[in-house]
Amino acid sequence: MRVRLLDIAHARSGDKGDTANVGVIALKPAWYPVLVKHLTRDRVAAHFDGLIEGGVDRYELPNLGALNFLLHGALDGGGTLSLKTDAQGKVYSTAMLRLVLDVSDDEARAAGLPIAT
Amino acid sequence: MTRTVRVAGGQGFWGDWLDAPRRQVDGGPVDYLMLDYLAEVTMSILQKQKERDPAMGYARDFVGAMESVLPAVAERGVKIIANAGGVNPAACAAAVQAMATAAGRPAALRIGIVTGDNLLPRIDELLDTGHWLLNMDTGEPLSVVRDRVIAANAYIGSAPIVEALARGANVVITGRSTDTALTMAPLRHEFGWGATDWNKLAAGIIAGHIIECGAQCSGGNCLHDWRNIPHLADVGYPIVEGSADGTFVVTKHPGTGGRVSIPTVTEQLVYEMGDPHSYITPDVVADFSSIRLEDAGPDRVRVYGITGAPATDKLKVSIAYKSGYKAVGSLVYAWPDALEKAECADRVLRERLDRMGLTYEKILTEFVGASATHGRLAGDAGRNAPEVQFRIGVRDADRKKVERFTREIVPLVLNGPPSVTGFAGGRPKVEEIVAYWPALVDKSVVQTQVEML
Repeated sequence: MRVRLLDIAHARSGDKGDTANVGVIALKPAWYPVLVKHLTRDRVAAHFDGLIEGGVDRYELPNLGALNFLLHGALDGGGTLSLKTDAQGKVYSTAMLRLVLDVSDDEARAAGLPIAT
Repeated sequence: MTRTVRVAGGQGFWGDWLDAPRRQVDGGPVDYLMLDYLAEVTMSILQKQKERDPAMGYARDFVGAMESVLPAVAERGVKIIANAGGVNPAACAAAVQAMATAAGRPAALRIGIVTGDNLLPRIDELLDTGHWLLNMDTGEPLSVVRDRVIAANAYIGSAPIVEALARGANVVITGRSTDTALTMAPLRHEFGWGATDWNKLAAGIIAGHIIECGAQCSGGNCLHDWRNIPHLADVGYPIVEGSADGTFVVTKHPGTGGRVSIPTVTEQLVYEMGDPHSYITPDVVADFSSIRLEDAGPDRVRVYGITGAPATDKLKVSIAYKSGYKAVGSLVYAWPDALEKAECADRVLRERLDRMGLTYEKILTEFVGASATHGRLAGDAGRNAPEVQFRIGVRDADRKKVERFTREIVPLVLNGPPSVTGFAGGRPKVEEIVAYWPALVDKSVVQTQVEML
């Protein structure tokens, strides 16, 4: 089943130099394990392939039901150097939420996930 | 009932809502008002201002903010902590005192001035004594850009602010204090936390992180349930109610707009987060994976369980240096085929630059309304857009080349593709780039001072 990240998480992003950080927060506690399992570092790296120049790091925050991603080389040099509209990575958050996860039917049913049509 | 200390956040950056400081002291009881004015780039702007006029170099907005809260400070004992001093805290303090005198309250303020963060006059001394100030991202030594450095400030911690409060200050003005120390210091002062009370210091730092961006934790810029966040026009800025044990509640004044909830606070917690297990500050290394949040009633979130580890023996240094020039220009193309026309304009402009033999270190085109912020992830929706902004920028060490680029945009209105507008701003401005060089320095070389005005 296809599950839109937009339907199961919210997010905020910001910058640290040329790196954008995206915090992805599960909308319900039961959905956090789905994020941990499916929103992998590789999945996110593939999502942003061609849009960022560096790699991706992922950190788990079970206490907040959140994952923190660092997208390196995401800001055309960052801060004052950048020519981008989003020089400070403020809306990488919603670019992340465009991601669609493939979750098994059983898993989706067990976690009560909203299914994308 | 356990004693709590209320620290209000009234400014998240230089340029934040002018009304917020006054609203924070008038909207209900607060003990401290914390005002954060400094971003990475701010110090270099202030340094340039000070070079033009030795009496400048601080966040001028702060004087107006102080005027707006002066009655609360004078009559109700609210204390103010701000990093508004920039590269000239003494001049900032003098301007605030002059304002108070002019307002007929010459004795209302006891201003504590924190200095020692400015390393600009000491750079050569540091480099000569083996402090290389290596770039934390690239590993290069500062000598590579030494002749272009225009500002250098160590991020300093809570200790000098605590000292100023202990010496009776009711206004503390710092230079490059960390944003988080502005909140942690008054809690540490009030509750007598020691320099090795790592968990409590970490809690104070995380309280600071939550409120340092103003309303961004109380409903502003909040994606979660954004349509239903009440009355943003009247948004309440955040308040931390700290307790001696390091636990605290995040809230806002009753009757204000916005929202304080677990989702609004969580969004702010993850903002600009790096490795959550080690949030390094001059005072303590805080662990964001220890944070526990609990709903404590309407617009109240209780935060507890926070742990911290001993501080490192380094301070981060923010160094600003000149790094060439840039300019960004734009035109707007309208339906039908808005995106196609904008793409055509981009090709035409680039061909003209090529014909002049102009190449740049970087040239970047974006189509706002189609793909500027989400790139290919935005899909084809932009193909049918009612209008698309063609936005193009260049960056180069050679100012003349950047200047020439700025002349090539507006002509497209008459000699490029059709249905174009949005050029009222005329030629874009050439901007000198001040880049940021993050480095570390041994704590032992930075001595902070506190002076009472």
